[in-house]
Order: sequence, then C-alpha cells, then structure tokens
Amino acid sequence: MVQYRRPRDVGEALQVLADANGSGRVLVGGTDLLVGVRRRPLEPLVLVDIKAAVDLPPAIEVTSEAMRFGPTATMSSIGADARAIEWFPALAASSRVVGSVAIRNRATLIGNICNASPAADTAPALLVYGASVTIAGPAGERTMPLSAFFLGPGSTACGPDELVVRVDVPIPSRGHRSAFERLTRRRGVDLATVNAAAGVSTDGVVTLGLGAVGPTPLVSGPSSPIDVSSPPAVADVVEQLITVATPISDVRAGEPYRRAMTAVLARRAIQRAVEVAS
Amino acid sequence: MSQRNGDSSTMLDQLAPVEVAVTVNGVDHTTAIPPHRTLLDTLRDDLGLTGTKKCCADGECGACTVFLDGTLVNSCLVLGLEAAGHDVTTIEGLSMDGLTALQEEFLAAGAVQCGVCIPGQVMAAEDLLRANPAADATEIREAMSGNLCRCAGYERIVAAIQAAAGQRVEIR
Repeated sequence: MVQYRRPRDVGEALQVLADANGSGRVLVGGTDLLVGVRRRPLEPLVLVDIKAAVDLPPAIEVTSEAMRFGPTATMSSIGADARAIEWFPALAASSRVVGSVAIRNRATLIGNICNASPAADTAPALLVYGASVTIAGPAGERTMPLSAFFLGPGSTACGPDELVVRVDVPIPSRGHRSAFERLTRRRGVDLATVNAAAGVSTDGVVTLGLGAVGPTPLVSGPSSPIDVSSPPAVADVVEQLITVATPISDVRAGEPYRRAMTAVLARRAIQRAVEVAS
Repeated sequence: MSQRNGDSSTMLDQLAPVEVAVTVNGVDHTTAIPPHRTLLDTLRDDLGLTGTKKCCADGECGACTVFLDGTLVNSCLVLGLEAAGHDVTTIEGLSMDGLTALQEEFLAAGAVQCGVCIPGQVMAAEDLLRANPAADATEIREAMSGNLCRCAGYERIVAAIQAAAGQRVEIR
C-alpha cells in the first residue's frame, strides 16, 4: 500500500504530509526508509520525495556564523567538504564511515537524524558542535537545539505533518578541537556498537557526544576546564561525563562491554582531538 | 500517458503503475512502474537487464550496484519512480563494447567464482578507479567494503582491481 508523491515545493510537500494523515514519510536518500518499506509492505504509506522541490535550502551553505545543511546534503558530500573537514572534523569523519560508498552517496545528514537511531553516527558530533534543527510545518518554521530534537529510539520532535528543512552547525571559535571515534564488529557496513565525539575548547573545556549507549544520542558537558595533556585529568573528566550513558545489551554488545567501551572511546576521542590539533 | 519528471499533480496519486521516462545505458525507456517497485526490480523485471543482481535487496551486499547520474548507488534502495528523468548505467552499459579492461583483470585474477556479486563488484571498482586511478590495496578494500562476496574471493578481487589500477596509471 505504497504511494509515491513528488511535490514541487515545500508548501506542497507539507500539504501532502497533512493529507496523508500520519502515514506520510519524507523520502530523500531512502537508505533507511526503503528498507523499512520492504519489511512492512501492507501498511499504508505515502512516500513524499522532496528532492524535486524547487525551494529546498541548498545542500550545503555557509553563513557568517554557521554551516547549514539542507535535506539533500549527503554523507559523501559532507565527508568530502573541505570546510566541514576543517571546522567539524568529527562530523566529517562520522560522515565517512556510515554504511558503504553507495550508501553514503545516497544517505543524508538530515535523514540520519530523522531516523533517530540511538546509534546514528553523525549525531554525537552534531550534538558536540551545538547543532540546531529547523522544522517546517503548517504553522511555519521552528528551530530547536538538536539535543531537544531526539525523543527516543526512532522518535523525534518532527511531527507527521512537518519536515526538517535545515540543520545549522555553528562554526566553532579558533582553536576548538574535535574528533570522532567508533567501535564496530567489522570495519565496513556495520552499525556502531558505541560511538563518541569529543569537543575540546582552547581552555580545556570538554563536551562529549555519545551514541548507542542510551535511548537517544546523548550529549554531556561542558566540563570544567581541564589539562587535556594530562592522562589522569582526561580519565577523570571521562568518568564524570559518561555518567549520562545507560547502555543496554543487544545483538551488537553486552551492557558491561558497552559501558567499558564508552569510557575507552570517549578518552580516545578527546586524545585524538588534541593530537590532531597539535 | 507519459509524465514529465517532477509533474506531480496527476502523477503518483494512485497505487497503480505510473508511466515514466528513464534513460538506461543511453537508451530512453518509457515504462510503467508501481510506486513500491525498486530501481533494481525495474531494471531486471521491466527492462530485462538482468546483469544487475538481486541478492539481499536490503542495501547490505552491493550486488545491485549501478550508477545513477554517474553516482554509485544500491539500486535496491532507490525506487524506480525516483529514477524518472535520470540516467542509469548498469553493468551492461559499462561493457557495451565487450568486456572492459577491468573485467578482463577480474577474469585473469580468478576473481570470478559463482559470479553473482561480480557485476556489483565491477561497478564499485569502476567508480573507485574513475576517482582514484592509482588506488592502493587499502583504498581498494575501503571502497569495496559495501560489496560482499560469499565465495570469499576478496584477495583476488583486490588483486584484479590493483592490476587494473596499474594499467590506468600507465595510460595516463
């Protein structure tokens, strides 16, 4: 029971979503959505392909304050963008490890956060950078921090009659350092067992983003300033910041292993952020 | 009734197949595609292009890999209707003038066993070598990680791509 619609602009897309009365899903890359369609072929579903909408924000745009990602920004394009690599190394790195080449050519950043997997690879970095999400709906646009966007596994603040039109990532101040770490069972085409992004400001304030260790991607910090060149100080701040994690046991790892690896990945992310910069 | 790309007002409201235009291997086709049908099934079942293989149909294995407007994609994760107005290249399009040098290297290296994964492997390798003709073994393994081979012929597949990469560098 699948219908396919290709609205010509965002307004028409919102109308189609409203008419679909809860059974509409926005289609861009389709790498998660179409797998789901195959598994539930009899449910009523209106696929709203917005790629031909003429007034979509550009895939990638830079303002004086932020890098803005539109619905068509793919993992491949972000992972290869020189400005993203310079300003947001943790985001660029996470964009380069999702799925495979063919998946990354299709999968989008906004799709990744709207799918709202607790293990979404780009989410920890976006949270560390303080990204915000702009949602278009019948009443106009609203913007919220990404940390408020995730509500639970597969659940977000974006309503069934709304669509995410933009993610803004503020350009960090000079000297801000960041890195991404990920643990998988095999190198390619796997979901993260645990993933982590760390941001370190010039005065040693640490912010951590953590994935696959809670019902949503998590952000923790900012910490008090620490001496990031001191391993005991890093160990202390990791211990303090990862208390937000509530890992569970599943097909990819047991809870104790996940908990232990959360600390390891958080420490590595901080150390790598600092090393890369120096 | 033929529909233009992006003309949604009468198009696609229905569950019935929608007639759309899609270019495959340089040939323009007009074909009726039901909304749920993937590009993979469209290629194989509607257009008779069975070189593109259906294996997991879940985006895990890479057997269905094709180019969409020159970009490498899994055709099982693209709807047929999404390809309307776009340009698709399959393994048949790659080897229109006979086997390519890359395919010859697959044969020479003994990389082809049961053969089901090979069209996808060749498409992914072609994509890599177009961007990076001097790819080394590490880059090859990274680029090919979305293409599984259940015969586990990975060593020979990497060797074949390395040999082809050597040739392309020489030609340059």
